[in-house]
Amino acid sequence: MRLRRPENTVTFTFDGRPVEGVPGEPVAAALIANGIKLVARSFKYHRPRGVMSAGSEEQNALVTVRRGVQSEPNIRATMLEVAEGLEVFSQNAWPSLHYDMMGVNDILAPFLGAGFYYKTFMWPRAFWEKLYEPIIRRAAGLGELNGETNLDTYEKAFAFCDVLVIGAGPTGLMAALTAGRAGADVIIADEDSAMGGRLLREVEEVDGKPGAAWVADALVELEAMPNVRLMTRTTVTGAYDQGTFGALERVAGPRAPDKPLECFWRIVAKRAILCAGALERPIAFPNNDRPGIMMAGAVRAYVNRWGVVPGKAVTVFGNNDDAHRTARDLAAVGVKIAALIDSREEVEVNADYPVFTGGQVVGTRGRHGLKSITVVHSGGHHEIITDCLAVSGGWNPSVHLTCHMNGRPIWREDIASFVPTPGSIPGLVAAGACNGVFSTAGCLEEGANVAADVARGLGLKPKVTVPPADASAFAMKPLWAVPGKGRKWVDFQNDVHVKDIQQAAQENFRSVEHMKRYTTQGMAPDQGKSSNVVALAVLADATGRGIPETGTTTFRPPYVPVPIAAMGAGSQGKGFAPERLTTSHKASLAAGAPMIEAGLWYRPSYFPMPGETHWQQSCDREVGYVRNAVGVCDVSTLGKIDIQGPDAAALLDFVYVNTFSTLKIGRVRYGLMLREDGHVMDDGTTARLGPDHFVMTTTTAAAGLVMRYLEFVLQVLRPDLDAKIMSVTEQWAQFAVAGPQARLLLNSAFDQEITDDTWPFMACGTVDVSGVQARLFRISFSGEHAYEIAVPARYGESLFRQLTAQAAVLGGGPYGMEALNVLRIEKGFITHAEIHGRTTAFDIGMDRMISRKKDCIGQAAAARPGLMDETREQLVGLRAVGSKDELMAGAHLFEEDAVASRVNSQGYMTSVCYSPTLQGNIGLGFLHSGRARHGEVIRMVDHLRGVETRAEVCDPVFFDPNGGRARG
Amino acid sequence: MRIECPNCGERDRREFTYQGDALALRRPAVDAGEQAWDDYLHNRDNPAGETKDLWFHEAGCGAWLVVERNTVTHTVQGAVLAEKVKR
Repeated sequence: MRLRRPENTVTFTFDGRPVEGVPGEPVAAALIANGIKLVARSFKYHRPRGVMSAGSEEQNALVTVRRGVQSEPNIRATMLEVAEGLEVFSQNAWPSLHYDMMGVNDILAPFLGAGFYYKTFMWPRAFWEKLYEPIIRRAAGLGELNGETNLDTYEKAFAFCDVLVIGAGPTGLMAALTAGRAGADVIIADEDSAMGGRLLREVEEVDGKPGAAWVADALVELEAMPNVRLMTRTTVTGAYDQGTFGALERVAGPRAPDKPLECFWRIVAKRAILCAGALERPIAFPNNDRPGIMMAGAVRAYVNRWGVVPGKAVTVFGNNDDAHRTARDLAAVGVKIAALIDSREEVEVNADYPVFTGGQVVGTRGRHGLKSITVVHSGGHHEIITDCLAVSGGWNPSVHLTCHMNGRPIWREDIASFVPTPGSIPGLVAAGACNGVFSTAGCLEEGANVAADVARGLGLKPKVTVPPADASAFAMKPLWAVPGKGRKWVDFQNDVHVKDIQQAAQENFRSVEHMKRYTTQGMAPDQGKSSNVVALAVLADATGRGIPETGTTTFRPPYVPVPIAAMGAGSQGKGFAPERLTTSHKASLAAGAPMIEAGLWYRPSYFPMPGETHWQQSCDREVGYVRNAVGVCDVSTLGKIDIQGPDAAALLDFVYVNTFSTLKIGRVRYGLMLREDGHVMDDGTTARLGPDHFVMTTTTAAAGLVMRYLEFVLQVLRPDLDAKIMSVTEQWAQFAVAGPQARLLLNSAFDQEITDDTWPFMACGTVDVSGVQARLFRISFSGEHAYEIAVPARYGESLFRQLTAQAAVLGGGPYGMEALNVLRIEKGFITHAEIHGRTTAFDIGMDRMISRKKDCIGQAAAARPGLMDETREQLVGLRAVGSKDELMAGAHLFEEDAVASRVNSQGYMTSVCYSPTLQGNIGLGFLHSGRARHGEVIRMVDHLRGVETRAEVCDPVFFDPNGGRARG
Repeated sequence: MRIECPNCGERDRREFTYQGDALALRRPAVDAGEQAWDDYLHNRDNPAGETKDLWFHEAGCGAWLVVERNTVTHTVQGAVLAEKVKR
């Protein structure tokens, strides 16, 4: 029922049924206005439930919103704004909300109490995997995801301010006004669609005008201040170190359907003022969960703010003065008050509706909607016909954020609730209702004073002016649970009732943290916002302790559920990692090459030719190019680090195990780098371009690591060295040109011919290619006569096309990663498959490279006896023998007659390939005392893929062991 | 978490790469002996309170910093350039 006819309405659907609503009002308000009481089924017992609150603390009215194929579960109907065409669905009910099969749980409830899972699903053990777990999984979970990719967009953002005001009720607005007027940079955030908090919900005057009018004036003033940013629909979800706060903004909606759904903010504030208000708590009485039983403050909110009335005959039940407002406000607009029940004896009320003092509700009726209640008072039992019961057990200050950094709240007897411990969050002060101040006048005053203190702390000169407002005191007398039979719900969202908590205590789960986990009290999406204090009181009573001694559970972020999609906004799909593309990328794609990832880079796997149906065919052909004619491969992804300065050579001597200061200008040398713990970090070639100028290459994978490490050496270990380094990986496009025809191919492109004399093996220098100065290195990762040519990146694409076209003329062409890998395995060249972080220079047979004439990184540790032990696993080649010849990387090696178990493992395979050159399967691996075992036949067993092969141990260099082809 | 980089000012921790204890600055001589190298490579205190460690301003100026912070209160007291630290 609505108090007045709305000016404009829209239609949305609830479970497919059209419902009329006012744009912007909560879906919960529209459902109430249309007399829809049953809106949800509870989590465990599938009890019929209705709207309970008017805020983000809502425990019952969780719904799913669908947008085409998209669906978003567990949206609070109290926070969801009505819009034309909105599709809302109830959850946790099948086949329908009214006839829910799982309602059988409610009948079986006596067997399903706290600890039911732990006691029932114990044995027989074999039932667990096949029976129990599937059953539990099917029953568990609230709301459903549809399994489709989330197409909604989300955003994340950062903001900075002097003062963050959390909550925009009377306290927050007054604080923002005071800080803003003083000139502070203010952000004020509120989770509601409009600012004003309880001033929009109560019939009260501020500064001689209605509360809502004062709010409107305050907002006009705040919006006019350039130093104030107002954020509605924004819940501050967590307090973190150094004044950082997380906040979730609901961005999209009818206002902006094209905007991201939500935005996760990280707000950094010099100071923060928590004005989060308070949440009303229920009273535990038998069957207190019927649709139509709501919080008293929520009933006022629906009537006063949205003009919708939740019942035809409303009863109010409370233990405090505040509850009386509900009866007063509703009566004032002509709603029938069936009764006002106050559990306190000593109150006096003058009203023209029935008033029961010293009364308690001991029973309710009406399965799908409240029909009547039973009251006990001094005059005996009394049945009251009513379709809405407004309940108030007092107010819990919203202390949550003050506990996010381990703070514990303090118990205050007069309001029977917890208030924040000052200083729990550095730089944050609580004010107003969340600090236990419950009158509007008190809130305004504290908001102004706290903000003035904060502003003074920032060096500003604030003025404090507080408008007059209602100052009536809040009086209450605790009533947690009504005695008597029947289930008295405490945590509505997780279906925990008084007896569950008592049972936990009885079974010795007396600690509040144990009780929580045993009963699941406070573990639902609402995290016990409304239920925790009542549960503590029941536990305190059951264990004979006081509430402060019982203590609270820990409030952790986030205050409301935050979608992972919002926190990880922008990181889905292509946003997950940047893509690094070489200059030959387009040409490779055009040639049909499938790409593989190498770190962040994309590199061609192979270049398929017409008629080839398997990558192996392409790979074999490309290996043949290099062995017999010429191949071209983009190697730009290797790290290139430019090193200059008088001490450049000394730096290299320190980071490489071998000596570079003796390297002649115009020559290249292979270098091996250790970590300080004596294990291999990376390898590569370094060229000397001038007396004080080197270019280092690293492996693709370790480029960033080595760069960081060189900076570490220069700044931390050897600040005495006068050298500077710079990553030039992206500045140069570099191509390997390899094969017997390599020089012929290059000379076709060069302005001046090169010869074996001018450009011998391991020479480097500059050449001109069509007028562009290029760097040429005669180095080989394939074992063939080979070069790498580097040009400024802008010429890379053109050079690649030119080289591959010319290679085709010479019977060759481009080759990809697969062929590159085969070529290097045939030559026994290592990659990070071999130098995987646990191998030493000794293991790969390079310990003699470590110069003893100088200090270098890792030298001291590499000399440890354990790292030089002859029985260590050493690099070997393995050649498949016998009928089955598959070799598998990762497979373990065993002696022929040994059981293939872990303790007998002799080593493992690291790299494998089919060698078209040698026409057999070969691989590299590590084998105990491997260098002394060449010629031995060994078993390779891959337990994972069920492959077993015999292999002969050999030297890791399979092809051209003397290296004549590269030199010639 | 934010770190005050001496070159760039206060920056978000996402710009930095964590390395480890600042004792990495005191690298022993190559012949300092097993104990010295074992301590340098492996042995670390795990203090509840003040600690100094190395961070690399990788997405910033490229400076290695010695950052002083408190593992209990999570406050970051300050940062200095590693190359300026006396050792």
